Amino acid sequence: MSLIEITDVRKSYGTNEVLKGINLNVEPGEVVAVIGKSGSGKSTLLRCVNGLETISKGSISVAGAQLMNDEVHLKALRLKVGMIFQQFNLFPHLTVGGNVMLSQMVVKKTPKPNAEAMARKMLERVGLSEKFDAYPDQLSGGQQQRVAIARALAMQPIALLCDEITSALDPELVAEVLAVVRELAAEGMTLVMVTHEMKFARDVCSRVVFMHEGRVHEIGPPGEVFANPKTPELKQFLGMH
Amino acid sequence: MIEFTIWDILRNLLLATRWTIVLSLVSFVGGGMIGLVLLFLRLSRRKWARALAKYYIELFQGTPLLMQLFIAFFGLGLFGIDVPAWLAAGLALILWTAAFLGEIWRGCVEAIAKGQWEASASLGMGRLQQMRHVILPQAMRIAVPPTVGFSVQVIKGTALTSIIGFVELSKAGTVVTNATFQPFTVYGLVALIYFALCWPLSKSSQILERKLNVAHRNH
Repeated sequence: MSLIEITDVRKSYGTNEVLKGINLNVEPGEVVAVIGKSGSGKSTLLRCVNGLETISKGSISVAGAQLMNDEVHLKALRLKVGMIFQQFNLFPHLTVGGNVMLSQMVVKKTPKPNAEAMARKMLERVGLSEKFDAYPDQLSGGQQQRVAIARALAMQPIALLCDEITSALDPELVAEVLAVVRELAAEGMTLVMVTHEMKFARDVCSRVVFMHEGRVHEIGPPGEVFANPKTPELKQFLGMH
Repeated sequence: MIEFTIWDILRNLLLATRWTIVLSLVSFVGGGMIGLVLLFLRLSRRKWARALAKYYIELFQGTPLLMQLFIAFFGLGLFGIDVPAWLAAGLALILWTAAFLGEIWRGCVEAIAKGQWEASASLGMGRLQQMRHVILPQAMRIAVPPTVGFSVQVIKGTALTSIIGFVELSKAGTVVTNATFQPFTVYGLVALIYFALCWPLSKSSQILERKLNVAHRNH
């Protein structure tokens, strides 16, 4: 059984169908890059996986937890997949430590000392242990995004969804975030990432999914997809003519 | 004819000012509590709850406070319920305040970026947990200046209750004028007392706005 099973997922906004029947299975430990033009549905697909968008048809399950539209099922699903956003979305009224501790204490009812220990461990992992008491607005974008990763990791998910996590960063800050993601991948974390970092996708990912007009247009190992695109749309997207 | 000194006038007005202050506080606290209920109804996922709060707010914002006072005072009387002026005044002002505070606070909650809801949801928080730990702490900072600012409207709103016979500052002004025949002096003092109550609130609202904006400088 695959870890993430996306079966015939359709999603419409009114009459505009943005996902037109997506099938995708992700195995444990896989690192999948989702690429495509803006408007191709890649972010929507990712947001559907942890229930930020409701799907119109089809089914999604993560490690046996089925996506359903009630709070109990959603919570069970979201405990298995973490999500990291383009805009970081740290809680500005809490310190870095508070950000990483909050959901552990509120959702998992972890006692405070344990939550703090976990927070320190995860911040250490993303190289920010000295920022425990800082507020998000005192950090650079790259540091904020690393805190967001630590916050997601502290919930001990079995997969992480990354939605263009470097797109809002200044170019010189992209590397530090990608280094953390690369390390996670090396440790065997299952990752599904929407990204524009083609070089990173080529180096780190086990599979690349090219989406076009709401469908999975091409899929395969990065070597094949990047070196040998089969469809004219992917060729155009990669700038090969 | 009896002569009244300024002190006589002022003393009587100040005694009545107590009731203006009490009525304002009652309206503000009571209205705040109902306003909070309205806020949660307004943000509820249930359609009937949202509709209920919406119509309540539209009704109370869409009619003059004076009419609400009249209806509370005379309307209930039609059903044989004897409503004292203080009760009608308190009730109408509480309901009126609630409508405005509920709407002000809804605006503050909606000013919080959608990403905050999404991030907390993706961490597994339920709706109430999101509200309590993520949304409200941020919305409250935004809400302080307009809420303090609105309290000035509540204080001035209490003046209308003089029309149904509740003796607060304005009504006392009328009574004292009728006894002294010095309308300019009396109403001048009344206005000064209102100013002394409202101005510090307006000013602190401005100061708070500036202060809380500084705290938000990097967002």
